[in-house]
Amino acid sequence: MMRNDIKKDFPIFAKWESMGKPLIYLDSAATTQKPQHVISTLDEYYSKFNANVHRGNYELSQLATDMYEEARTKVAHFINAPKPESIIFTRNATESLNLIAYAWGLNNLHKGDEIILSEMEHHSNLVPWHIISRHTGIVLKFIKLNSDFQLDLESLKQNLSPRTKAVSVVHVSNVLGTINPVKEIVRIAHEAGAIAIIDGAQSAPHMPVDVQDIGCDFYAFSGHKMCGPTGIGGLYGRYELLEEMEPFLGGGEMINEVFPTTSNYAKPPYKFEAGTPDIAGAIGLKAAIEYLEKIGMQNVEDYEIELGNHAAKRLGSIEGIHIFRPRTTGTGVVSFTIDNVHPHDISTILDSAGVAIRAGHHCAQPLMRKLQVQSTARASFYIYNDESDVEVLAGALEKAAAIFKPRKKADVVK
Amino acid sequence: MSLNDLFTEIILDHYQHPHNHGVIGKPTFSSRGFNESCGDDIQVSLLLQNGVIADAKFSGAGCSISQASASIMTDLVKGKSVDEAKKLAEKFYEMVKGNEGDFGEELGDAVALQGVSKFPVRVKCATLAWHTLEESFPKDPDLRRDKSADKK
Repeated sequence: MMRNDIKKDFPIFAKWESMGKPLIYLDSAATTQKPQHVISTLDEYYSKFNANVHRGNYELSQLATDMYEEARTKVAHFINAPKPESIIFTRNATESLNLIAYAWGLNNLHKGDEIILSEMEHHSNLVPWHIISRHTGIVLKFIKLNSDFQLDLESLKQNLSPRTKAVSVVHVSNVLGTINPVKEIVRIAHEAGAIAIIDGAQSAPHMPVDVQDIGCDFYAFSGHKMCGPTGIGGLYGRYELLEEMEPFLGGGEMINEVFPTTSNYAKPPYKFEAGTPDIAGAIGLKAAIEYLEKIGMQNVEDYEIELGNHAAKRLGSIEGIHIFRPRTTGTGVVSFTIDNVHPHDISTILDSAGVAIRAGHHCAQPLMRKLQVQSTARASFYIYNDESDVEVLAGALEKAAAIFKPRKKADVVK
Repeated sequence: MSLNDLFTEIILDHYQHPHNHGVIGKPTFSSRGFNESCGDDIQVSLLLQNGVIADAKFSGAGCSISQASASIMTDLVKGKSVDEAKKLAEKFYEMVKGNEGDFGEELGDAVALQGVSKFPVRVKCATLAWHTLEESFPKDPDLRRDKSADKK
């Protein structure tokens, strides 16, 4: 069961309420709001513990280092990684996926090798491979989307070949809310001798995740989509694979020895963490995980699915609405279009009612083309939303449909 | 900020019944513009005759503001030289940025877009067609004139 006073944990809601403009925030797939526990932790870190990590031979630096490494341990525990050293701190899921593409892809892929992606990928799991493809001449193939907005695993099998080197798919679609059967996808990839990469940007915040159970080689996620600060994210990598890989960025902290013309590198994860990391961000992410674990990730998942289903049903009663969401495996993401009303206009009308949603292509242009829309509106729910938010949303959408009701051509007044 | 300031009758009419929608077969200038944040995609094509814009059309897809703005703009620039059209664009940018002034005489129906200035996130929608129009003009002033007129 979800506490019914979750909203109180997030000071932004009381702040806007006090300004007379209650905030109905339905854009958590873009970034979530931050609980007081995270905000206070950042404040406390900068007020009491700020120092660089892994460098200073003094107490304060040791304290900061300990806190930073405790955050790594917390993340590892949160997604059940086998050991903390298999977690690399990055800026976000995008950087994590770029790290894989550059550090693994550029050094392991050759002309004609194949990577299988899917038709529902975010640009962050497309564009890095486009770049690698231009460097190496690899071929990109795609798992098809079926009419219920789910991945067609038959098309995954058909795409496999002796040249398949990796299968990289999103765990939960940021547009459709579809939860993909990643365990099955990983199994199929491994049987074909390919590595399996999971983009967990939309799964880590919303459900229990166990990377060992999924069996993937890499799992990428962002902190800011799970109540953490912006600027911190992570990558889980199978440790043996991380050991074999070349570094991503070069600089301080990632080395053992440096000579004028050569250098050798530290062990993972430090090999992949060049320069001063986002120490406060990592510690803030740990606070976010503490907060979510207190609620319980299974509770989070159950609550969101129920609210998402309720929202899809309620919005489904609006005339002219089209909802892009699977019948059975949707999360708290509800994308839609309304006849005669452009998503950007929907967004403005909702904004005037205090409702924040996203309108656009959601960094998934190929998926938009597949759905034969230019853009969609998207309401994405999180633990601080409830059915009253759905009601305000639905009311504002009905208003939008009324404003844009088709009318006869006016006499031209000049 | 009231929605009525933004979605005026004139805007809704241009959006639902756009003027000059289509593509000119052999345009003198044409350009394509995108609004990356929302996916709007617009093409503007122009036919220059005797130094003035004889025809202007737009195509593509977008929100009510970008489409209505393109409809109104293509009406406005017909009969104008390239330099006059550029001046109109400047005037339009001033208006949607919220600058004071009397825009009615020069901008005609486009004044219906004045309310956009109260919705900062929509300014890009209103200016997309105008920026695309300006993009279509060659940088070299000599090329902005109608060359067929020179030969006569």
